[in-house]
Amino acid sequence: MGEVKFLQGNEACAEGAIAAGGRFFGGYPITPSSEIAAVAAAKLPKVDGCYLQLEDEIASIAAVIGASMSGAKSFTATSGPGFSLMQENLGVAVIGEVPCVIINVSRGGPSTGLATKQAQGDVMQTRWGTHGDHSIIVLAPSSVQECFDLTVEAFNLSEKYRTPVIVLTDKTVGHLREDVEIKKPEELEIVDRKKPTCSPEEYKPYKPDTDMIPPISNYGDPHLQRVNSSMHGEEGFLDMSPENSQKVVQRLWDKIEKNIDDIGMIETYHMDDAETAIISFGISARSSLQAVDKARKEGQKIGLVQLKTLWPFPEDKIKEAVKDCSDLVVVELNMGQLALEVERVFRDKDVLRINKFSGEDILPGEILEKLKEVPS
Amino acid sequence: MSYKDYIREEKLPLMWCKGCSHGITLASIARAMDTLKLDPEKTVVVTGIGCWGKSDDYFRTHVFHGTHGRALSFATGIKIPKEELKVLVLMGDGDGTTIGGNHFLHTARRNIDMTAIVTNNFNYGMTGGQYSSTSPEGSITSTSKYGTAEKSIDICDLAITSGATYVGRSTPYHVKQMDNLIAEAVDHKGFSMVEVTSLCPTYYGRYNYRANSVDMMKMMKDQGVKKSKYDELDESKKKECFPIGKLHQVEEEDFNTKYKKVKESIN
Repeated sequence: MGEVKFLQGNEACAEGAIAAGGRFFGGYPITPSSEIAAVAAAKLPKVDGCYLQLEDEIASIAAVIGASMSGAKSFTATSGPGFSLMQENLGVAVIGEVPCVIINVSRGGPSTGLATKQAQGDVMQTRWGTHGDHSIIVLAPSSVQECFDLTVEAFNLSEKYRTPVIVLTDKTVGHLREDVEIKKPEELEIVDRKKPTCSPEEYKPYKPDTDMIPPISNYGDPHLQRVNSSMHGEEGFLDMSPENSQKVVQRLWDKIEKNIDDIGMIETYHMDDAETAIISFGISARSSLQAVDKARKEGQKIGLVQLKTLWPFPEDKIKEAVKDCSDLVVVELNMGQLALEVERVFRDKDVLRINKFSGEDILPGEILEKLKEVPS
Repeated sequence: MSYKDYIREEKLPLMWCKGCSHGITLASIARAMDTLKLDPEKTVVVTGIGCWGKSDDYFRTHVFHGTHGRALSFATGIKIPKEELKVLVLMGDGDGTTIGGNHFLHTARRNIDMTAIVTNNFNYGMTGGQYSSTSPEGSITSTSKYGTAEKSIDICDLAITSGATYVGRSTPYHVKQMDNLIAEAVDHKGFSMVEVTSLCPTYYGRYNYRANSVDMMKMMKDQGVKKSKYDELDESKKKECFPIGKLHQVEEEDFNTKYKKVKESIN
């Protein structure tokens, strides 16, 4: 068993990143994510890594992308406004197929909005923030332990699928202090990127294997690498032909969406006999968990489905979990961004929304009060 | 090896307009690579967006083609984990010092060991000849039909002020000098920058001088004055020309060396 420490969610994210093999952090300070940078700055030089504080978030994610292609597992941390600045180059990581991890500790918006207060308003920004059609992987911890575990998972998924992965937490989870087991490296399953097995002359940077994922040659390796942010063919040269463009965008989509069983993670709580299911994530799932406990004591058959993976939306797993429920309740700290997706998938069920965007968390009592609106 | 081994000849002819000088600069970089016998496996060419941003297509090395203005930031990430890489960053004036101005000054300040080769054609060629931060005041461009009302940036002055440890300037007329400057810059440890004034007869030359490429080449010959001679000119004469050659070089520890010392101090 690893060491148990009493840490903040943000600190646990940084510990998770380093445990997963993260060796380059490029970032720009922003509340409420700054502790991630502070821990990275203190620890990375001790493990032969590098912490670099850049001039802005645009440069930060660019440096992260560059470092990854030089073979260093790389990450950054930010909050909503900084994440917005990263969006253009997030697209570079998508089309260039560069593994990297972006931790977004969300806060109240829009804009500078509630800079020091709580919100979960970036659900759709993680999904559709960058331009163009693409898929994306977004994981959402709701405890300090999950901050550690899901950050490790984010690195693994990013290496496996050759894609950027976003860890979406929030101000409360980021600053929450709890016991967390920091697993030793040997206790963790660590995934490394697939390297080419062909000769250097035969290597094509974007030629996928049958699993739809092209092997990566790092800079400095004998197989010459061509990372290209523009629409490219398998050799990495510009190819804007309709046939190639259609094929590339489809593959970038399929390599993630068709592996949804592997990527999609949910937790269920009291769902065996539930008639009503709360669907939630992050800190709102923690409030929901308490609300379920209290409701159960009063004899209400309520359960919880916590989404650890927000995107790709794990709809089959959720469908299976809630198949016997007549009502769904989506609890989130925004005007209903996740609810939009739940309503899309479950057109045959009643979906009740519980939302708050005041800069405060939703309390279990507030959830119980709203649950009275569910027809019994 | 010959300089041609660094060029992907199968990708020729070059995609640039007739009369453009980017091909001259491209060959000069390849000759510098050959002079230094760079290992293509340990060399990364990083480009931004625009006409010169297409230059990575022609190099038989590792390459990175990124977004507009961010080439130096990608390159910073590329260099730090793998010190043995030679990193060459090819940007235009719009890319390097207009949209990328902030990254330019901070990369120079950090003294990251890489070489930026900024081709300055005084306008945005690829997008249709709009004015950039280096268009001389009063320039006629597709977005300043009555003359620009903005002061222009001197790229070399900016680099020196920001902390670059090697700065040089050349022109497509002074090819031998360009070859030597680029080789010396790439060999220099620390952030080096070479500005190459560039001919854009399609837009800048046509709008401002009604000049073709040959006329512009003659202008480069007349206006590019060796630094030692330039320094002796009267202020009024200086306004009619610009200094070329090595403008600045200091020895200073680069970022990776300094960061390694930080690591050693704690471990």
